[in-house]
Amino acid sequence: MFEKALTGSKRYWIWIFVLLAVIGAGFLAYLKQYEYGLGLTGMSRDVSWGFYIGQFTFMVGIAASGVMLVLPYYLHHYKKFGRLVILGEFLAISAVIMCMLFIFVDLGQPKRVMNVMLHPTLNSVMFWDMVVLMGYLALNVIIGWTVLGSERKGTPPPGWVKPLIYLSIAWAPSIHTVTAFLYAGLPGRHFWLSAIMAARFLSSAFASGPALLIILALIIRKLTKFDPGKEAIQSLGKIVTYFMLTSVFFLGLEFFTAFYSNIPSHMASFKYLYAGLDGHNQLVPLMWISTILAVASIVLLINPKFRENEKILALASVAVFLSLWIDKGFGLVIGGFIPNMFEGVTEYWPTQPEMMISMGVWAIGLLVLTVLYKIAISVKEEVEL
Amino acid sequence: MSIDRRVFLKIAGITTALGLGGSTLINGLKKRGLEASELPFAAKQGGLTAKRWGMVVDMSRFRNEHDIQRVIDACHNIHNVPFFKNPKHEVKWIWTDTFNHTFPGMESEFMQEGLEEMPFLMLCNHCLHPACVRVCPTQATFKRKDGIVMMDMHRCIGCRFCMAACPFGARSFNWRDPRGKDENGRPFIRKLNPEYPTRMKGVVEKCTFCTERLAKGLQPACAEESNGGLVFGDLEDPGSELREILRTRYTVRRKQELGTQPSVYYVIGGNDNV
Repeated sequence: MFEKALTGSKRYWIWIFVLLAVIGAGFLAYLKQYEYGLGLTGMSRDVSWGFYIGQFTFMVGIAASGVMLVLPYYLHHYKKFGRLVILGEFLAISAVIMCMLFIFVDLGQPKRVMNVMLHPTLNSVMFWDMVVLMGYLALNVIIGWTVLGSERKGTPPPGWVKPLIYLSIAWAPSIHTVTAFLYAGLPGRHFWLSAIMAARFLSSAFASGPALLIILALIIRKLTKFDPGKEAIQSLGKIVTYFMLTSVFFLGLEFFTAFYSNIPSHMASFKYLYAGLDGHNQLVPLMWISTILAVASIVLLINPKFRENEKILALASVAVFLSLWIDKGFGLVIGGFIPNMFEGVTEYWPTQPEMMISMGVWAIGLLVLTVLYKIAISVKEEVEL
Repeated sequence: MSIDRRVFLKIAGITTALGLGGSTLINGLKKRGLEASELPFAAKQGGLTAKRWGMVVDMSRFRNEHDIQRVIDACHNIHNVPFFKNPKHEVKWIWTDTFNHTFPGMESEFMQEGLEEMPFLMLCNHCLHPACVRVCPTQATFKRKDGIVMMDMHRCIGCRFCMAACPFGARSFNWRDPRGKDENGRPFIRKLNPEYPTRMKGVVEKCTFCTERLAKGLQPACAEESNGGLVFGDLEDPGSELREILRTRYTVRRKQELGTQPSVYYVIGGNDNV
């Protein structure tokens, strides 16, 4: 099937080469970081994780959200998702690859990355995160490829895939739960030390992932002969609506606990993010953009009249995606480090090389996604025409 | 063509000799100082041993900043701790900060005069239940039988999970190559101590309670330089000087409520025993 990715229109190849150019630029920036050390980034002794780990966290959510298509389709036989499921699975593959790369570029000694496997440490959440991410990647590769192959041949998928599909449905929430546990079990990081962290992660994932899928589905419909289906997109819109509401509700719960209890250490990070702390307020504008986008998206999504209009749905999906990308890809990680362990404030902002490297990773993710989608859509077009 | 056993052994012998000779030569040329693997970690004869090492920081014994700086220098000099001007890249094993920063949550509106400005010494707490050890994905940081939380610099992958986990800010990451030089050509390690290994960029480091000195029967460098301000000893030995202080003085630990059980205690009362 891979040969499908090797033939395409001029537009397809221009896009591929643009991505390759960005990857190249990112790789050069990475070489510089490799040589100089992570001091090339904006990270510091106090804010020791930054944009890379934020993006990793956000992308785990995107990966996990594939289950929002797989579950209704395979467990509830919701046939409308039939044409979209493969797009969800392939999005998960590309997102997990980005996760792994974001972790890799964040390592101080990348050559030693195999130590995680050579010295498996069961008490480390990071070890488990590696296990669940690799497992999830393998599951989606095997399932996606096999099912698509059968579809091409016009035969039902082989029987052995079914148990794997059920396993992947249970597996998806696990990757984001374990990722939340990276944060939620650390003494002294009050912002993260919240029992609701995993639930927050999952709800924001199930809003941002399907929002991205809506955008991708609309783009695909515009660029190819393949139509993922109006009803399927509308169903995704409902999923985004409910989970965006849940996500905002969960954030509200965090605010209530912190501010009604009035415990200074629990309020400090929220104050830093939304109002500024001790005169430091670098992230305040970003967090308010996230808030405004969240409110705007909910206004657009909650009213069925708006939601049923695909243009408005697309706009709302972009708002959801950006809002949660800021909240989780930036605020959540940085906020946990401010104030620091001495209740001082050291601010963080990514540097130019750091952004170049991140763009390189995104471009790799987009390249994988483009190639996989090209294959899937070519097969679908071939079968249907 | 096949080679017989004799020829094979000859070739093997020559290759080995060349290889060994080559590496000896390179090592001789490098003169980098000690490799970490050459350090005496296990206590030999005459080494100090304990069930659980701990420390009391008696603030009343430090009369001025000079007393404190001497302690910090003693540690940082012998351990080749690099000096980075950019505070974001700072590496420190033992340092000072104000009362409010050392004991967050214990500050109050009306505090004892002078307490707020006192420079409290901080170092790794060598916790009984260290969060850093719990989260490390490679066991590069681990707890020794004598309670010391130790680092294996050769195993650390630089993920910095331990820095996120440590509630005491005791860990420093090498954001730059500590063996390098600043823009003025000044080495980050001001004066290299060839008796102790240097670190490479991209690994986390911290206080080790001077395991290399304990193995030789010496007290930690900071304690030795402190004129009794830092009392080091075995927390499990009821007869130790350390336990005598804990028995007779009121002491506190940093962030006790988190349950990590720090092994470093503080006597805060300033002027009640001098």
